[in-house]
Amino acid sequence: MADRPIKVLIAKPGLDGHDRGAKVLARGLRDEGFEVIYTGLRQTPAMVVSAALQEDVDVVGLSILSGAHMTLLPRICDGLRENGLGDVLVTAGGIIPDDDIPALEQAGVTRIFGPGTTIREVADYIRGNVRPRAG
Amino acid sequence: MTGPADGASTPAAGANASLAERARAGDRRALARLLSEVENRTAVAEAALRTLYPLAGGAHLVGVTGAPGSGKSTLVAALVAEARSAGRPVAVLAIDPSSPITGGAILGDRVRMQAHAGDNDVFIRSMASRGQPAGSTVAAAAVLDAAGFGLILIETVGTGQSEVEVAAIADTTLVVQAPEMGDEVQAIKAGLLEVADIVAVNKSDRPGADRAAAQLRAMLTVGARHDRQMGDRPRPKRPDVMLVSGLTGAGVAELLAALDRREAARRAAAADGRDAAALKRAEAQVAGILSQRMAAQLAEPARAAERQRVLGDLAAHRLDPYAAADALLELLGAGGGSSRKS
Repeated sequence: MADRPIKVLIAKPGLDGHDRGAKVLARGLRDEGFEVIYTGLRQTPAMVVSAALQEDVDVVGLSILSGAHMTLLPRICDGLRENGLGDVLVTAGGIIPDDDIPALEQAGVTRIFGPGTTIREVADYIRGNVRPRAG
Repeated sequence: MTGPADGASTPAAGANASLAERARAGDRRALARLLSEVENRTAVAEAALRTLYPLAGGAHLVGVTGAPGSGKSTLVAALVAEARSAGRPVAVLAIDPSSPITGGAILGDRVRMQAHAGDNDVFIRSMASRGQPAGSTVAAAAVLDAAGFGLILIETVGTGQSEVEVAAIADTTLVVQAPEMGDEVQAIKAGLLEVADIVAVNKSDRPGADRAAAQLRAMLTVGARHDRQMGDRPRPKRPDVMLVSGLTGAGVAELLAALDRREAARRAAAADGRDAAALKRAEAQVAGILSQRMAAQLAEPARAAERQRVLGDLAAHRLDPYAAADALLELLGAGGGSSRKS
């Protein structure tokens, strides 16, 4: 796996306007040797799915602070599966209460990173869990 | 042949053919996968390109370059919207640099191009440069071309040498300038503006854009008489200068029409065998592959010992580099292994 860069989509679904965390993570993953596609603020689930498909990413990283995670994250996971992208890792970060985590995992989010997570932890998780690729 | 839904567990050859065919048939997931193979320079990509390359050549490849902050991505998004309003399928290849230190990259051009999610006739793909020459970009464009995208916009950051490179791989080069980015002397410096077919002075909604365009026009037309005296010597292009606003859309329809006119003229020239851009692109495409192939052939067991000897002589200064290169070329010619296909 080490012979090709891992591709990560970093997106902010929904309406909150705080993207500092997402940018810090994007920059940190760049320094970890990932190719990071950054789509920015106010993404609809359709935009996230479309970008993941066209960019053929290994990981979709979603930052969400607005509280709409229980609506938006399952929609994104459904959209990915409907487009044959069920093997893409979906991680989320931001303000997500512990009580919501089981339901989100059930929906298809593979890992939720809370406040205080280091970039190294995220990078290690991705390297350890990214799907193997055909060809 | 129709392939399985996912090539993961099928033999390589079957998966290749179906990936290319599925991409041709409009399967965007297959197209995306194939572009990854191209980026990773895999055997799958090579096999697919053998199928697809003869089917490509119909698209107009537009290189879009300019300084950071000149509004390339916004203008590309506006061109995409304009092409879509005319029902034309359009693809974007957005190239951003890879870190020479970590190999990582931030690909941020999609930020301004997300409006077309769900439109199957818009395909946007970011590519990290990965320190490679233009070969992968040209191959990716050929795949998009064969998949039916008649207009392909290739966006590159205009710093360093990449903007001159985009001119080598595109049919038409669009250089984006913002107002307030330099005086008349900037316009007569060598480099970026010399490779432009069209200069778009972007942000026409801002004050000073008219004047910037007028200055550019004036400076770029200086020496038109001198051109005629230069005869057949290579000379810089004389680009059209157009005022546009990627933000408001002003002038974008006119810009797309101008690009179309350039393309029609190029096609006419190509029919007469005068398409210099196509030859330059061919050269860029084959150069990287050629050196890869030569290195692979020289590393074959039958040649490895002799190659080692030549390199050893070069390292010990018993041979000069030119003589060593000649010796290696002779080794390739005499090796008899040329029937090998890899």
